[in-house]
Amino acid sequence: MELLIASAVGVLTAAGIYLVLRLRTFPVIIGTSLLSYAVNVFLFASGRLAMDAPPVLRDGAERYTDPLPQALVLTAIVISFGMTAVVVMIALGSWLSSDDDRVDRPARAEDDTNAPSVAEGGAR
Amino acid sequence: MSHWIITPIVLPALLAAILVLMVREHLVVQRALSMAGTLAITAIAIGLFWQASDGTITLYQLGNWPAPFGIVLVADRLSTLMVLLTSLLAPLVLLYAMGSGWDGRGRHFHPLFQFQLMGILGAFLTGDAFNLFVFFEVLLIASYGLMIHAGGRDRLRAGTQYVLYNLLGSTLFLFALGTIYAQTGTLNMADLAGRVAELDAEASAGIRVAAVLLLMVFAIKAAVLPLHFWLPDSYAYAPAPVAALFAIMTKVGAYGIIRVYTLVFPPDLEITQGLFDVWLLPAALLTLALGMIGVLGARRIDRLVAFSVIGSMGLLLSAVSVFTPDGIAAALYYAIHSTFATAALFLLVDQIRDRRGAAGPMLVHAQPIEGGALLAGMFFVAAIAMTGLPPLSGFLGKLLILDAAGSSPLVWWVWAVVLTGSLVAVVGFSRAGSLVFWKAHQEGPDIEPIDCETAPEVEDDTAQPGSTRGPLVPRPVLPMIAIGGLIAMLVALTVFAGPVNRALSATAAQLFSPEPYIELVLTTPGKQIKDDPHAGEDDHADEATDDTGGDH
Repeated sequence: MELLIASAVGVLTAAGIYLVLRLRTFPVIIGTSLLSYAVNVFLFASGRLAMDAPPVLRDGAERYTDPLPQALVLTAIVISFGMTAVVVMIALGSWLSSDDDRVDRPARAEDDTNAPSVAEGGAR
Repeated sequence: MSHWIITPIVLPALLAAILVLMVREHLVVQRALSMAGTLAITAIAIGLFWQASDGTITLYQLGNWPAPFGIVLVADRLSTLMVLLTSLLAPLVLLYAMGSGWDGRGRHFHPLFQFQLMGILGAFLTGDAFNLFVFFEVLLIASYGLMIHAGGRDRLRAGTQYVLYNLLGSTLFLFALGTIYAQTGTLNMADLAGRVAELDAEASAGIRVAAVLLLMVFAIKAAVLPLHFWLPDSYAYAPAPVAALFAIMTKVGAYGIIRVYTLVFPPDLEITQGLFDVWLLPAALLTLALGMIGVLGARRIDRLVAFSVIGSMGLLLSAVSVFTPDGIAAALYYAIHSTFATAALFLLVDQIRDRRGAAGPMLVHAQPIEGGALLAGMFFVAAIAMTGLPPLSGFLGKLLILDAAGSSPLVWWVWAVVLTGSLVAVVGFSRAGSLVFWKAHQEGPDIEPIDCETAPEVEDDTAQPGSTRGPLVPRPVLPMIAIGGLIAMLVALTVFAGPVNRALSATAAQLFSPEPYIELVLTTPGKQIKDDPHAGEDDHADEATDDTGGDH
């Protein structure tokens, strides 16, 4: 169980970082999603792994699993879900307006877009 | 239990909901409500600051749950100071946004502004590490919306980078919190302080990793050297009032460092020795150097100001990383100063950008700016403050920092970098100022004459057509009042430097003796948890005594 969780966190993180370094919006967003999955599993495991144990008080239960990480994970899932939706929309807007999905380009070459001829050259 | 502490969080949240659900089509009503709410927060913040100014720490238990189990808000000197700083900045920025028409150029400026305020104020007030994360996310998600307000290709491009960078930062924050929880079993900051101090030095690998991860998260927010790449583009392309409000966002990172590394991982804690005290100061000095080089090398005036923000954060953190009461007090003084100076500069840059027509923010020769005298004067004052020349508060802040650095082994490095950096910044700002304002008549051959009607002012619809040149086009006066207000804050900070500095010294002293804070958080009784569900009458009696117990 420990090995499974640990390797899942490790593989998800590694894959996430690899994809983030691809520097195009689609792989980067997939990469950040994978990273947030990794962190969710990691948070879940931070309360120690206890099999077949209830998280809330129950008659007759001998041992419990830590309920707090489960609440933390729930918060983290909701937030990362919302964030991913936002970044998809912004990246889509960016792609549609500049026809380029690389995330590492400078926002604007050191030119002025108010002068149209220069802006065309600046867009590369 | 006084409920005033939570009002700076609840009020913007409710107001934002009202703004977006009920009056989203009425810009005038939105403006009125937004301004009224922000001013109310200012009043509350002054009250909270006054309450904490005699050293009282006030605790608010959400849902009346006692500390390690429930979330607490804590209003001590540092928190109320930062809340006050935010709530003094916010109305002026809002005034500018209304006066310049920025709020009408996209949708939902005011709700997002209120959510942003809620996140910032919550981050300053909370006493729980996970809750800090949640408020970070609230302020970030609002800032994503504000960052791309009014749209445009370059803004969306810069916004994508900003969002992705912060998304990775949030992931790192969660990893840090998970590690802390796995090691200590708590996320309440006061409780953490006690448990981290009790950890065995032999088995401290996990908490050491967590301490460094957490520092990296705050360093991303504070734009410390290897993690600063998000800042120049984001600040340069964000709408001006948003960039001015973001002046407080880097301070949220600095606040996080000050709070966590005096309370949870104090500088004399044995297990974290040699982790951040060794390299934070060099990193801060490199940040300062990089910011100043950026100021010198920038070819656009908005990027110049953005790099000066990086420089000022470097200076601020080099004072923090000494980790002495003097250093923290100096850093706080500089934080207040640089918040107002940065905000004033970003707003000025926006005015310059608008009025220069085709030349925009580029540092090139162009035609003189219409009505440029007032603008030039304000830019001169703000630049003096930012670069730290006498007589304004930047000079005093720098002096305090140089003085506080005396206890550090790297004192000569600090002096050398700070003083050289100041010189470089003076050169950079004078070059920019003289290009924009003085050498304006030396017109470049390919720049078109300024066409005042293309200046994207919403109120300009009323301007009479035909008078493309000349002083007849009325300029809205509110933006200049807002900038003037920010500069007045700088002057006030200079004039009242003595009392302010005494208050900040007391703040730093309170941070370095956290025992009352920890004791208050952990020993205040909350609601009683009963095993027996049938003890009806006793319950009421207990609650009554609880209420009186929570009052003091």
